Amino acid sequence: MIAEAGHFALVLALFVALVQAVVPMYGAHRGNALWMSMDKPAAVSQVLLVAFSFGCLTYSHVVSDFSVLNVVQNSHSLKPMLYKVAGVWGNHEGSLLLWVFILAAFGSAVALFGGNLPPSLRARVLGVQALIAVGFYLFLLLTSNPFERVFPAALDGRDLNPLLQDPGLAFHPPFLYLGYVGFSMAFSFAIAALIEGRVDAAWARWVRPWTLAAWSFLTIGIALGSWWAYYELGWGGWWFWDPVENASFMPWLAGTALLHSAIVVEKRDTMKAWTIFLAILAFSMSLLGTFLVRSGVLTSVHAFATDPERGVFILILLLIVIGGSLALFAMRGPALRSTGVFKPISREGGLLLNNLVMSTGCAVVLLGTLYPLFLDAIGGSKISVGPPFFNSVFIPLMVPMFMAMGFGPLLSWKRADLVQAALRLKTAFIAAALVVAAALAVTGGGPFMAILGLGLAGWLFASTLVELGARIKLFKEPLGASLGRLLRQPRASWGMTLAHLGMAITIAGMAGAGGWKVESVQVMKPGETVNVAGYDFTFTGARQAQGPNYSIIEGTFKVTKDGRDVVTLKAEKRNYPVRQMPTTEAAIYSMISGDLYAVIGDPDGNEGGFVTRIYFNPLIVWMWAGALIMVFGGVISISDRRYRIGAPARRAKKTAMAAHP
Amino acid sequence: MKRKHKRLTFVGLALLLIALAAGLILSAFEESIVFFHSPTDIVEKQISPSQRLRLGGLVEEGSVERKADAVVTFRVTDMANSVNVTYRGILPDLFREGQGVVAEGTFAAGVFSADEVLAKHDENYMPPEVADALKKSGKWDEMSDKMKRQGMESTK
Repeated sequence: MIAEAGHFALVLALFVALVQAVVPMYGAHRGNALWMSMDKPAAVSQVLLVAFSFGCLTYSHVVSDFSVLNVVQNSHSLKPMLYKVAGVWGNHEGSLLLWVFILAAFGSAVALFGGNLPPSLRARVLGVQALIAVGFYLFLLLTSNPFERVFPAALDGRDLNPLLQDPGLAFHPPFLYLGYVGFSMAFSFAIAALIEGRVDAAWARWVRPWTLAAWSFLTIGIALGSWWAYYELGWGGWWFWDPVENASFMPWLAGTALLHSAIVVEKRDTMKAWTIFLAILAFSMSLLGTFLVRSGVLTSVHAFATDPERGVFILILLLIVIGGSLALFAMRGPALRSTGVFKPISREGGLLLNNLVMSTGCAVVLLGTLYPLFLDAIGGSKISVGPPFFNSVFIPLMVPMFMAMGFGPLLSWKRADLVQAALRLKTAFIAAALVVAAALAVTGGGPFMAILGLGLAGWLFASTLVELGARIKLFKEPLGASLGRLLRQPRASWGMTLAHLGMAITIAGMAGAGGWKVESVQVMKPGETVNVAGYDFTFTGARQAQGPNYSIIEGTFKVTKDGRDVVTLKAEKRNYPVRQMPTTEAAIYSMISGDLYAVIGDPDGNEGGFVTRIYFNPLIVWMWAGALIMVFGGVISISDRRYRIGAPARRAKKTAMAAHP
Repeated sequence: MKRKHKRLTFVGLALLLIALAAGLILSAFEESIVFFHSPTDIVEKQISPSQRLRLGGLVEEGSVERKADAVVTFRVTDMANSVNVTYRGILPDLFREGQGVVAEGTFAAGVFSADEVLAKHDENYMPPEVADALKKSGKWDEMSDKMKRQGMESTK
């Protein structure tokens, strides 16, 4: 009964979305206030219906209702409660239900908190949101109904894929989806603006918090996914340039560009068409990501069994959304007038450089990801484009941008003096040189790119601090006055400073882990010791144990350095009997200087030996710490006063024109 | 500077970036693209020992042997031909006899030395290349029947 109620609520939500897509849009077109005002009740009732539907599926999972197919396929009565809940979105149908739930939630947030939006803009934004939602409701109901029953009911379930029974992955999909779907807001605002034919500072101010929120969620989602791959797959790696990873990285690149270009629209009233284009691009990349992950067209290490019919449906949806929005952009985009002018060396110029590099990077990742598919489609050879390609193309593109990133915030709007900025940054030059010298001294030399990466990280970190110092007039005024300025900095500036500092720390982590990783694979018998990066790992033996729905082989490693105890690592190999599937639980001890990482593999021979894999991953925690700082910067920036108070009212004349186009 | 000049500067910059990216892509393509081969391809074609490639097929039943020093050998088959593979390290969790596998490495003197065996996340997942290799060797139908049976089990 519960499942049928959930299904019914979903069907109702589809019809509400249809109404929301048509009535307020038409009302905005005719200037009919009553019709426009339909947007709010529609958006709110839509989210309530989807929330109810999502609640029904969650309930079925929590009580293990094995008459629901989705529960049978993805749950088991012995599964811990956390994974019974996480199992709701740990499968295709449930994850799409989560997708539309988030979509509806974003829409209702605009309806509830968008009181300061002009009614016509709000009606159109919510109309576009509802159109996207209609596509996904149809997709769910026609190809992926999560509420399908089985008769007779199963005695027990098939369990959730054990790799997903993990705290990191329990929360990875919701964050990723909050990011993907969050870009639908920027998209809806962009389409609404194209329909209205106007983009101005107020528009940029309304869009920015949504973009920031989406970007922050996506950053967390990607970081969580990478962290999960790092400790759960037991390869010691954190990024494989795999199609599924690229699928989440492309919207991030486009979204980062959008975040920066929206600043220019807000402050300088220029780069409008470009910003609209980026908003369309960011969401298109999110949809493309969904398609790549859900269709199984590409070989991926992260792929799950898929259904081709569903892939076709998303592909059609993708073509309609991207084709339609780009066609609208081609028709209306040229009419957007920019008033601000600026010289190439200026804050605008710096932000545009960021945009160009980010979009080129996005194009490179897109090319590398889709090229094998394209070649296969035209009947060429089967190939794979792997990490060497991305590393040798993507990284060199990013190097000049990170260099420019130090200068950008110090340049003034309209026109700036590069020499003067360079003089102010001499401390940062010195800091970068010191970091490189220190890295060479400590490691005795390493890969060129890694040394360069550490230098860039030092440069970016120091130049961001220099910029903060310049803003608060440090050492130019009494310290007290500077401190006062520091406290009065707008939160958006803090956001920028934190995000750039976080990026610097992340780069340092990537350079360290990429350049100086130490790996050692061997067979170890109890009592044997291996030295990895100066740490002695002694294998003290393995024992068997039992978890809630799995059995364990647990290997213990005692780690010492120069005779002193460091830590005891317990690496597990788990076996989930329901799916007959083993998983690897790496034992990790994180230090600021790097991670000690041990994995136990299969037994070898009959003398109690095991294949073991031991890593030292230098600076790797910096990567995730940096990502967290970036996200923190994003959150601080969203809370900036000028977004909370709302944008200054548009001039009355313009509003009047908007009502009667 | 006039608006037109400003625009030209940026168009120039964008073109420069694209040219840079294109240059990097072309230089990287030569060495970093890995071709996919089925066991039959490997047996029939002349393969240079320095060329990196991907081999995909099924792990032949009963062929997995664990040797000293963490070395594992197994045979990859498309049901028409088989190739000996050697790998040192820990195999992915879902590596199983009779199931699809993709390995990356080099082929020399009749042995494929893999330095990477790709893992997958789901026991029902079949890499598209492996499915294609089986279709080419004409053994797809019997395999897909088996896969379908597994699929049936998973839904009933």
